[in-house]
Formats: sequence, structure tokens, C-alpha cells
Amino acid sequence: MTEPGARAAILARVRSALRDRPSATVARDYRRAGTRGRGDLDRFAEMLRDYRALVRITDDVPAAIGDRGFIAAPGCPPEWGGDRRQHTVAELDRVDGVITACAVAIADTGTIVLDHDAPDQGARALTLVPDHHIVVVRADQIVPGVPDAVAALAGVRTQTWISGPSATSDIELERVEGVHGPRTLEVIIDIR
Amino acid sequence: MTFIGMPRGTGNLTGAPFPEAASEALDNAQLRRNLAKATGTIRAKRAAVVDELPDWAALRAAGAAIKDDVLANLDTYLLRFEAALTERGSTVHWARDAEEATRIVTELVTATGAREVIKVKSMATAEIGLNEALAAAGVAAVETDLAELIVQLGHDRPSHILVPAIHRNRAEIREIFAEGMGATDLTDDPRVLAEAARAHLRRKFLTVDVAVSGANFAIAETGGLVVVESEGNGRMCLTLPRTLISVVGIEKIIPAWQDLEVFLQLLPRSSTGERMNPYTSVWTGPTEGQTSHVVLVDNGRTATLADPDGRAALRCIRCSACLNSCPVYERTGGHAYGSTYPGPIGAVLSPQLTGIDRNPTLPYASSLCGVCYDVCPVAIDIPSMLVHLRGRAPKPRAEAAAMRAAAWAMSDHRRWRRLLRAGRLGRALGRRPMLPPPLSAWTRARDLPEPPRQTFRDWWDTR
Amino acid sequence: MRVALFVTCLVDGLFPDVGKATVTLLERLGHEVVVPPRQTCCGQMHINTGYAAQAAPIVANHVEAFADADVVVVPSGSCAGSIRHQHAEVAREHGRPGLADAATAVAARTYELSEFLVDVLGVTDVGAYFPHRVTYHPTCHSLRVLGVGERPLRLLRAVRGIDLVELPGAETCCGFGGTFALKNADTSTAMLADKMSAVTTTGAKVLTAGDSSCLMHIGGGLARLRSGVRTLHLAEILAAT
Repeated sequence: MTEPGARAAILARVRSALRDRPSATVARDYRRAGTRGRGDLDRFAEMLRDYRALVRITDDVPAAIGDRGFIAAPGCPPEWGGDRRQHTVAELDRVDGVITACAVAIADTGTIVLDHDAPDQGARALTLVPDHHIVVVRADQIVPGVPDAVAALAGVRTQTWISGPSATSDIELERVEGVHGPRTLEVIIDIR
Repeated sequence: MTFIGMPRGTGNLTGAPFPEAASEALDNAQLRRNLAKATGTIRAKRAAVVDELPDWAALRAAGAAIKDDVLANLDTYLLRFEAALTERGSTVHWARDAEEATRIVTELVTATGAREVIKVKSMATAEIGLNEALAAAGVAAVETDLAELIVQLGHDRPSHILVPAIHRNRAEIREIFAEGMGATDLTDDPRVLAEAARAHLRRKFLTVDVAVSGANFAIAETGGLVVVESEGNGRMCLTLPRTLISVVGIEKIIPAWQDLEVFLQLLPRSSTGERMNPYTSVWTGPTEGQTSHVVLVDNGRTATLADPDGRAALRCIRCSACLNSCPVYERTGGHAYGSTYPGPIGAVLSPQLTGIDRNPTLPYASSLCGVCYDVCPVAIDIPSMLVHLRGRAPKPRAEAAAMRAAAWAMSDHRRWRRLLRAGRLGRALGRRPMLPPPLSAWTRARDLPEPPRQTFRDWWDTR
Repeated sequence: MRVALFVTCLVDGLFPDVGKATVTLLERLGHEVVVPPRQTCCGQMHINTGYAAQAAPIVANHVEAFADADVVVVPSGSCAGSIRHQHAEVAREHGRPGLADAATAVAARTYELSEFLVDVLGVTDVGAYFPHRVTYHPTCHSLRVLGVGERPLRLLRAVRGIDLVELPGAETCCGFGGTFALKNADTSTAMLADKMSAVTTTGAKVLTAGDSSCLMHIGGGLARLRSGVRTLHLAEILAAT
């Protein structure tokens, strides 16, 4: 609970600190939203493999998913299969894996963005607690760079940006995959 | 302009004088090996992924400018952020200093009845001493970041912004885990150690009902918070507990969602040397039925903002590139800086947050080699800022007298020439004389140059 | 060209051979060297130790000493860096806008030795002969404040008979840092130890650099170790025939 006067005091301090009226102009001379190209899919796949994610490029997503007894986000296409019922966190801790779609994917960084307000991507726990995450990326969802992804997303949505499986560099700054998040990230790129 | 009267920061921001603490650290050969290996690895990775981006210089300039815009209009952006968050249903709190911030968080936690909270690694909560305050109220704070866990289980202090246990090697970590977790089947393999942390924390994630986080970015336009992490412990803390309390320094604001396109390129490449970190969470207000509190913390930031030559330190996005590149940090480690913020950025930030009188030695903890400025993704000119802060630091009386005398001689060529001629008498001293402190510090490890028979200008006059 | 030499306080008092070598080199290249008699020091030690107020009269003296010079050459990256990036600021901060303008004008005509040779004179082969194994340490201020880049190496590569070997970790600070070497002596010594072991692994007999201050620090350590490696300023190698 804010101490009475704290808010006003901090704002007054800020205004007093800025008595010299500094100003700043932001020049955005960096690469803005880029041009999509043929190389994007290959670069995306290469970056993912660099993170040691499993990458499969296919025109038959249901076959690639197969029947593994996974659960799926409720809004996924029916042909992807998977159990669509709502699960508690304790139940999620016992399932083998989860299938979702994504909102956008970034070639330069091998990043997949989940929009948790979209029913085919599900609430956050769904893709966090199970140890194996299958995410289906349509080829046309792959954008070249980070600015393209930011432009394609609405900032008010709840999001998780995922770049490879859970990892840590906390021991001698050596990267190790697999800590608390899903240890297996499987990306199915749909080129249909 | 005078800054007297602007309240300063409190909390974990000071320690022993740097030279003394550094000497102690330098005696630890294991520490130096660990640091040299770790910082060497990360420097190479950072350089490789930064070189990949042809527009790095432009991104860096934009990152600096966006942060400067935030600082120049901080009141406007803070109010915008507060309004957006409040509209979404979060409660926004304001804390002038560490005491107020820890009191607010402690009250929020105890109101839920929880005796335990899980924590995402956060510099702000380390700065304000939150864990200590919670413990005093009977609440256990469980650190969930692997490195923070190593520090917590080892009853140690963090020594790095990004990798708080950088001073520990795998063998030491195995021992700490064996002791702290009661695990008996551990090896030195980082995979095995990471797996042990997963097993140790899993039940906490699934059962503890209150989490405390920081934030890497707070978006004024949307009220969004952003946490950048690797392991998934952040996602666990942000997602599973019913109450989420986020402690955010007032300088963490960025104006708009779009600005993330700059910082999500600058930060991962500068910090872990990755193209992108494994997980970035973005949320705006209470999510999926949670209760959400955001505590905005000043704690010396407005005092820092008041100095036009020092305020750029508030651009910092806590990437650690300056620590990893600094030849001083590499040898002394982070504990020597005595503050939550070690390394070059700590040497300019800590004295400004606390006031220079409480951190008088930190601005001198640098050879001014300039590599920190080169690698800073938001172009903080740390060397110039160090020099500026040295100007404000209290000076030893004998040093000040010597400096005044030298300046007197050096501002006139006749006096200077007489001094140099007198200096030739130093020839009698030999190359390893017994000199009084602080000059004896030189001759402990180095010979003195033998003063020449003739100064340059005497030679020149004879031509 | 008429070149005003700013010899620097350290070279004047402790390393006159570096000044003599600079004169020899510039004269051999056909230029007239003058040594403005009022010069003393650039004031960098005061500025960087937090005594900018005391440095202001030193800066004023320097600016007056070189006010009439067409071009100023300094055999030091660090001093050139201070003149270029600190002098005007010190003058401004101490309420002397006129001095700041004059300092900016002097700074614009001031060059570190390798910059002057390569950029102004357009030479890399200065006609030197130095038949020894040499390694080069790029000093921090020449590298990061001035950005001299490859210029000293281009000059060294053109020296006849030289066996120039690469210094591992060359761009890492040697630990001098002015009063840092005294105020944080133990850290400075630890950095020095690593620099010295890098130097000795090269098998070089001579370590060179563009700053006598860093060379005094590294050379003092190498002498204490009786390493057999001597330090020479870049100017001394370039002047050798």
C-alpha cells in the first residue's frame, strides 16, 4: 500500500530532476519491417536447430503429429487430434505433451510467438507445464526479423516468445537445454 | 545546478572500499579461473551474434535515444503506464526508497496468508533487500533462477547481474546442491545439475501461491510488463501462482510496444550472446484470473536523473555486457563492488543511487580502458561518467595537496622545468627505491624508470 | 610542413629518447620540427583523477602554448585523446567558453603520431630498419578513444628487417590507467601479470606501443621479472635505421 504522498513525491522529484528540460529525438535507422523472402523458412529452421529444437517441414501436419496421446489447445484444427479438455495444473504435470498453433514466427532468431488470448494457442500453463511442446507454424506465419513480428502482434495480448527449448547458461556460461520449461520443443512447419 | 536534498537510495548498494575488497578477491585463484573462463566464453559469443546484425550501430543509437526520451519525459510516461495498468485491473504502488518498497511487498504477501513466495530473478528486489525483509516477516522467498538458487543454497551473495553465481564452477555447484538439496547422486555435468534444480523446484512451482517478479521492460502505452529469461522459471512464477507482485524501477519504462523491436534485439545478443533468449513473457495487467500488483520504485533513481552528466546510467537494460568485457571485473569479480550492481555499470550507478559519499571508491574501480562503452547496447559512456563522478568524490587530503602542487607546477613552463630538473636527482634512488605510500604501490610489482641525465627540453635547447 | 611537437610531460621528464626519436623521424621525412617552449602537460592525470578544476589552468597553458601551431603532433594516444575529448569540456565546466573554443581549435589540429604519419603525411613506409622480433600492444586510449585502428601496425609492417608477431589478447588493458595503478594497485598488478605473460609467450624481444605511460607500467613489470624483453615506443622503432 503506497505511503500517502509517495506517488506525488516521486513525480515531484522527477519534475525537479528534469529542470534542465532535456529532449531526445529517436531516429529509427535500423532495419524496419523487412521483405519476406524464400530464405526465411530455411533460416528459421536453421536457427531452431541451432537451439536444438526438433524441426519438421511437412505438407501433412496430422501425419507429422501422429497419435502420441498429447493434449491440444482447444482452438486447434480438429485434424491435429489431441485431448481438448481443460486440465488443472496438477493434471498438466502428468501429460506427455501438448500441441498448439502460434501467432507469428521470426526467421532471424528462430522465435515462435504464442498469443495466449487465441484459442488455438491456449492459456500459458498449457505450453509450460508439459515436458514436450509441439507447435505448428504455417509457412506464411514466418516473418524475417524482430520488427516484423512486433508489427504483426498487438501489444495488449498475453504472449510468450519461445526460442528453442528451456535452457540455462548459469553454470560456467555454458548453454544446457532443459530446465523448467518444456525440454523438447518440436516445431512442425506446415508448407501446404 | 545542485543536487543536495534529492533523496538517495537505500538497500544493498554499498560495501567495503573497492581496493580492499578487490585485494581479497584477487587472492582467490579459483575465483579468477572461474571468472576468466566464464567471461571469455560469453565475450566470444556476444561478439559473434552482434557481428551478425548489419544494423547494430543503428539499433544501439535507437536504444539509447528511446531511453533518453523516457528519461526526459519520465513523469508523463509513468502516469501513462499507471493509467493503462489500472485500467486493466492491476494495482499500482509507489515506493520512494527500499524501506517503502519492501514494506509494500511484505504487506501484500502477508495479506494473502502465504508463508512462502517464489521469485523470478530480479535486480530491483535484490537492490531493496526484499528477501531479508520477507524473512523478517516470517515469509520464505524461494529463488527459482538456477544461478540465484546456487547463491541462495550456498548462503552466498550474487556477483553478476545476469549470472549471479558466475564466480562458482561446476564442482563447487555440485557441492552446494548436494548440501542444500540433500542430493547424493550428482555429478559435475551441468545437465545433471540443471536437472537437479528442475526436480528441486518443481513442487514449489506447482504449489506456492504468490510470486514476486521484476520486469525488464514496462510499456507505458499498454501497461505491459516484459520478463526476459531462459529457463522457464520466470514463466512458472508469472503463470501459476494466484498473486503476482512485480517490483519495477521507474527507469524500466519504454514508451510503446513498438520499441520492443529495438530492445529485444539489443538485450539477448548483449547479455547471453544468443540471437534470442529462450523465453520472453509479455502480459498486461491481471492475466488468467490472477491478482496483479506493480510496485514502482524510485530508491535514488530521481537523484540520478537530476545530474545531466550522470543520468544516462539510467538507460541501462541490465545486459551485463560491460561486466563480461571489463578487465577489472574479470579479475576481481562482482563481490568487490559491494553493491547489487557490480562491474562498470555498477561503478557509475551505485554511487549515483546512494550518493557519492556512501560509495566514494567505486568511480575509481576502472582503468578507463573504455571497452564497457564499446559493448554497451544503449551507448552509456561509462568512462566519461566515471571521470565525472571522480570529480564529485571526496578526496584524500594528501592526494589533493599533491595534485594541487602538481597542477601549480604544470600550469607554468618555468616551474615545470625546475621540477623536472629536480626529478633527475631521483637517479640516486635507483630503480627499486623504498617509496612512501601510495607510490610504494608502484614499486611493489614494477621497477621505476631510471630518470634520464637530461630532460627532453634541456636536450632540445642544446641543439 | 612545420610541425609543433607536444612531447608530453612523461616523455620530457622520464623518456626523452622518445621525444628525440620523434624529432629524428619527422625531420627525416622532411619536416621542420618546433618545440613550443611554454608546453608542459595535457592535464589528463588531474582530469581523470577527479581534479578537473586544478586541470583547468594546465589546459589553459597548453592551449596558449600551441595557439599558433599549424599542426601539433603528440607521441601519445592518451594525451591526444585528452586534448581532443576532454580539454574543451574542462574549460566549459569551469566557466571559460573562450578557452573552450580555443581548445577545440587546437584539438582539431592535433594528431597522435601514427595518425599524423598515415593520415596527414600519407606515409606508411618511413624508411626504418629494425631487425628484431617485436610485438605491439594497442593502448586503450589510442584504440578506443582515438580509434587509430591498424595505423601503427601498418607503419610497423613497413619497417625493414622487423619480425612483427601478434600479441595474444592485444586489446585487453595492461592495467596502467594512470592513478588507477596506485589507487587499485593489486588489481592493476593482476592485469599487468596477464599482459606480461601474453608478451613473453610471443618470444618477442621488444614490446612497442604508442604510449610511454603504458610502456612504463609494462616495462617496469618486465624489468622486475628480468624477462629480457625491453619496451620501446613506436617512435623509437620508426626512427631506427
